[in-house]
Amino acid sequence: MSGTFTKSMARNIFYGGTVFFALLFLALSFDTMKELPKRDNRANLTESVIAGKKLWEVNNCIGCHSLLGEGAYFAPELGNVYPRRGPEFIKAWIQAMPTGAPGRRQMPNFGFTDKELDDLVAFLKYSSEINTANWPPNIEG
Amino acid sequence: MQYKSQAVAKPYFIAAIALFTGQILFGLIMGLQYVIGDFLFPAIPFNIARMVHTNLLIVWLLFGFMGAAYYLIPEEAETELFSPKLALAMFWIFLVAGALTIVGYLALPYAKLAELTGNDLLATMGREFLEQPLITKIGIVIVALAFLFNITMTMLKGRKTSISLVLTLGLWGLAIFFLFSFYNPHNLVLDKFFWWWVVHLWVEGVWELILGALLAFVLIKVTGVDREVIEKWLYVIITLALVSGIIGMGHHYFWIGTPEYWQWWGSIFSALEPIPFFAMTVFAFNMVNRRRRDHPNKAATLWALGTGVMSFLGAGVWGFLHTLAPVNYYTHGTQVTAAHGHMAFYGAYAMVVLCMISYAMPILRGRAANSAKAQVLEMWSFWLMTVSMVFITLFLTAAGILQVWLQRFSDTPISFMAAQDQISLFYWMREGAGVFFLIGLLVYITSFFVKGETKAAA
Repeated sequence: MSGTFTKSMARNIFYGGTVFFALLFLALSFDTMKELPKRDNRANLTESVIAGKKLWEVNNCIGCHSLLGEGAYFAPELGNVYPRRGPEFIKAWIQAMPTGAPGRRQMPNFGFTDKELDDLVAFLKYSSEINTANWPPNIEG
Repeated sequence: MQYKSQAVAKPYFIAAIALFTGQILFGLIMGLQYVIGDFLFPAIPFNIARMVHTNLLIVWLLFGFMGAAYYLIPEEAETELFSPKLALAMFWIFLVAGALTIVGYLALPYAKLAELTGNDLLATMGREFLEQPLITKIGIVIVALAFLFNITMTMLKGRKTSISLVLTLGLWGLAIFFLFSFYNPHNLVLDKFFWWWVVHLWVEGVWELILGALLAFVLIKVTGVDREVIEKWLYVIITLALVSGIIGMGHHYFWIGTPEYWQWWGSIFSALEPIPFFAMTVFAFNMVNRRRRDHPNKAATLWALGTGVMSFLGAGVWGFLHTLAPVNYYTHGTQVTAAHGHMAFYGAYAMVVLCMISYAMPILRGRAANSAKAQVLEMWSFWLMTVSMVFITLFLTAAGILQVWLQRFSDTPISFMAAQDQISLFYWMREGAGVFFLIGLLVYITSFFVKGETKAAA
């Protein structure tokens, strides 16, 4: 770099650039907060959905599955599992785990009660109704 | 070393390497579970192994960053550390808390661990990378604050260089953005939106400041190039990093319920994110070419050059590969993401910590550089680990592209598990490359125990 471009100029550009883009980011985030009610399905955040989200978390489901594409990639995407499989299949599947099939990936049995299964399904239904700009590309997730 | 108190860095570096080894072992377990699904089930289910793998990564990098700061700040500030005792106390607290957390993950069902550690008071657990129990999270904050206090006080009483300023800024950012891990709204979209304020603003934001500062420090030491030149480069690099990276956040907001304008903001700005990494590569090579001295520590120079190249490939090129919204629509949440994650973390953060350790550890052990024999071994480990990581990334990329094709792109998409069966060959090859990585790591550890003729540190 030439002698006319000094360290203090570089430093000032750093601080100025960072502050400018941080403020722009905050403005976009602020606008996002205003837009979200139209997209994030918050109207359907029932007690059951909230309980289901907690079950999702305390059993570390994200450690194998993805949800809206985020998480681990060891087991299927569950953001659209509700339309893919339907509530009864999901509950029966969770209860039938682990399959014990030799050499196959195994999911633990978490010993959920009927109410807990309903809560989880409610959470997955709520998640599937978030407006994700048409993601995933197809029902296979 | 120039200041006695820099010695507190040593236990941090040793712990970092030990935890790194644990991370790799769990990585191999998971890699095997990808192809032999019931391996170690039910003793270590995949989700537990993954949590251990990723949390060990975060913790060993934090140990590395803290050790690096304890070494670097006194030397830059030209004064003893404010409180070596506090630094040592925090080391043990962090190590014990970290170890207990890992034991908790492995010994208890995760739901039980959540119940025992107060997750009902404030539910923060069970989100990717932020799985730590509430008490561990609070512990991290306490350790981070004590650490920052120590570092900041040291800087305030001494010389304030740009390198130490940038490093401290990055470390403060690290601590501040971690606070978003305590915010877990019921609304899944909000949860995800602010979850990224920890994850993205760490790895594509403030951690790049830490990376740049550590690299600049080592380059000054090994090349003897004028500080003014190096610090100017540092400012340019971190400007590019934050100008692209802050709005680059948008590439995480494509498909999680956030407004669709993020597809434009995210695509355009994150497409610029490779530039700072490219600048870092040019920077490292340029400084080494213009070196004014031949430092006896060749291995540290190799790590410095390697960090530039591998972070550009892993974070820059592999990030760009799937960052444009129309591409990401198909690749989001596939093995392409895993491929990028592996090389980016290794190239940017693992390697810069190893670079710092490579430079500082011999001095902490009373010599300017390790013996030629030890350095040759260390350089072997560099190549073994780095080339293995390139192959891990290539195999995962191949797996990811096939997965996208089979499951999402073709006219007759097949289910997730059916697609996984089809691509298992690449998972086997990834596991093989992982074994070579472990061998490289063992060679690396061995290099610390190789004796030979050395010169005393200045």
